[in-house]
Amino acid sequence: MKNKETLTVSLIAVLGGIGFGMLLLLISGQDVGALFSSFLKGISGIDLSSDVVAVDLRYFGEFLVECMPIILTGLSVGFAYRSGLFNIGAEGQLIIGSMASVAVAILFPMPGILHVIMCILAGGIAGALWGAIPGLLKSKFNVHEVVICIMMNYTGLQVANYCIKQLPGSTQTKTVAIPETASLSSDFLKGITNNSRLNWGILLVIIAVLIYWFIMHKTTFGYSLRATGFNQDAAKYAGMKVQRNIVYSMMIAGAFAGLAGAILSLGTFNLGRVLTTFENYGFDGIAVALVGACNVVGVVLSGLLFGLLKVAQNSMQSFGIPKETGQIISACIVLFVAMKYGIVYLKEKYKKKINKSERRGEEA
Amino acid sequence: MSLIFEMFPIALGIATPFIICALGGLYSERSGIVNIALEGIMLVGAFAGSVFTVLLSSTFGDMTPWLALLAGSLAGALYALIHAYASINLRANQIISGTALNMLSTGLTLYLCQLLFQAQRSPTFEKSFTKVTVPLLSDIPVIGELFFTNTYPTFYLAILLVVITYFVIFKTRFGIHLRSCGEFPQASASMGINVTKIRYIGVLLSGVLGGVAGCITVLTSNIQFTVTTINGAGFIALACLIFGKWNPLGCLAAGIFFGFSKILATYSGSIPFLSGLPTEFFQAIPYVLTILALIIFSKKSVGPKAAGEIYDSGKR
Repeated sequence: MKNKETLTVSLIAVLGGIGFGMLLLLISGQDVGALFSSFLKGISGIDLSSDVVAVDLRYFGEFLVECMPIILTGLSVGFAYRSGLFNIGAEGQLIIGSMASVAVAILFPMPGILHVIMCILAGGIAGALWGAIPGLLKSKFNVHEVVICIMMNYTGLQVANYCIKQLPGSTQTKTVAIPETASLSSDFLKGITNNSRLNWGILLVIIAVLIYWFIMHKTTFGYSLRATGFNQDAAKYAGMKVQRNIVYSMMIAGAFAGLAGAILSLGTFNLGRVLTTFENYGFDGIAVALVGACNVVGVVLSGLLFGLLKVAQNSMQSFGIPKETGQIISACIVLFVAMKYGIVYLKEKYKKKINKSERRGEEA
Repeated sequence: MSLIFEMFPIALGIATPFIICALGGLYSERSGIVNIALEGIMLVGAFAGSVFTVLLSSTFGDMTPWLALLAGSLAGALYALIHAYASINLRANQIISGTALNMLSTGLTLYLCQLLFQAQRSPTFEKSFTKVTVPLLSDIPVIGELFFTNTYPTFYLAILLVVITYFVIFKTRFGIHLRSCGEFPQASASMGINVTKIRYIGVLLSGVLGGVAGCITVLTSNIQFTVTTINGAGFIALACLIFGKWNPLGCLAAGIFFGFSKILATYSGSIPFLSGLPTEFFQAIPYVLTILALIIFSKKSVGPKAAGEIYDSGKR
């Protein structure tokens, strides 16, 4: 599909999703305007219903905190998608990455900045290894990566929970707070955003975005990955190592997701958590990647959009509409993107119809 | 031994929704449509059944849970209709459509819960399924105690559905049409089979059975509807389907086996040679085994060949 067409599909999907949300609110007799008030409040803290209209940067900081992990999982899903793989396993890779970074933070005290760097690396590498498994199975045994990834998600959840409970000082629900040397928290970023949880993870996200762009567009490896995604047989015929590319692509995708996990535990929470169920960062990543058409700029923009939908949920409650509206809108956007061939098909059909009626008009 | 007698009926209770939902997945995948939305379908079915039970217990009395199954199946079918329309008519990527439906299910059910009950959960049920001990059959030594004592009647429904599904898939004309659409739809079309219609039936049946399974989950193991009611059961059902090699009898065996591994997580402490193992180990068993099964199956071709592919009538 052409670039312009993908952009149209994404825009239609986003508008369709928001439209569906509005329709749902309207049908169930809720205040539709509150939806947009909560968007505004979620991103800037401006509350239109109160007398004092003032920007609260804490809201903006929390908005960025919400965006960071899903931009990374979006890059993860997008990277695999560009090489023809569907990485539904970002969830598990994120959980494992988060666990590994906390383990290094607590078990191996190191001086100064070295500690935090090692923790981040541990998260990325652990995610990469977890992602490599479906990649290896796909290339060696030709097993579909989607089913393996789903199973790896649940396995990862259990493995991470077990490991986190084994760390010294852990309770049944969380670990002890990580040492300060391993933390990504920053008094400076906290200060300029009125005490939000914003942390140096934001730098890592920017670096990750640059790395994604560099690998995809500036290296031979990236070129062969994209070629594999377009047509595996052709890539193979041209002498590209398709089987190897599958494994590497899943590893890099896993590393992005692992990094997201590291940011969550080193920056946002400053401890490791035992999860009873998924937090859906990985599944949000699918939404981010698909709406962003797996393109660097697209992923960042759609990451910001879905971050907004997430962060606005807190404000929705205070405006008196169910906070699930945000979740429903996100899901509908993905559903509409899934129907992209349908949207294009309907568009073509509509065009043909117009052409036909025009021609008929000329004949008459 | 008494421990086994105690565990067995509970394991069967947990296994029941896995089995029924896996059968749903079987109809869909055998017709050529991959359905990873089973999780979402189960949640929607559970929600519909819960609402029915909460609102109408006083009207229908003891019949309520059984009628709730009907409500659940209807809701499941309607929800699956979205998947069918997206992946058959609009040629959507079936994995993406399924993922979207899973995402939508939690939001939608909680939203409706908020509207109906002003809470994140439903009120507690007045009626739900009760365990039965079958007269006569429960007197059979060993088997009677394992299968017919203190068991939910829904388990017998699951057995019945397995038998019906086996018969439908392998012994009827419709079954052969369904399977052919999952293997080589272009060839089926050339023989005059309406691929679109067959696939619609397949996906709708998966919605019906998924909805029933969700409803059973909430009415046997919970006292109210919450968003964590299903908590991965739909994906375990998917695992059952694969582990059972897309065969109804295989699904039954895999379902019971996975039911056991779930229950062992709670009971392992009181079994001497298992007490050292962490509960996470038992929780992870179904998923790890499914990965291993996929590796072993990969040499042979099991599973519908055309499942997941977008149907293109012009392709040869």
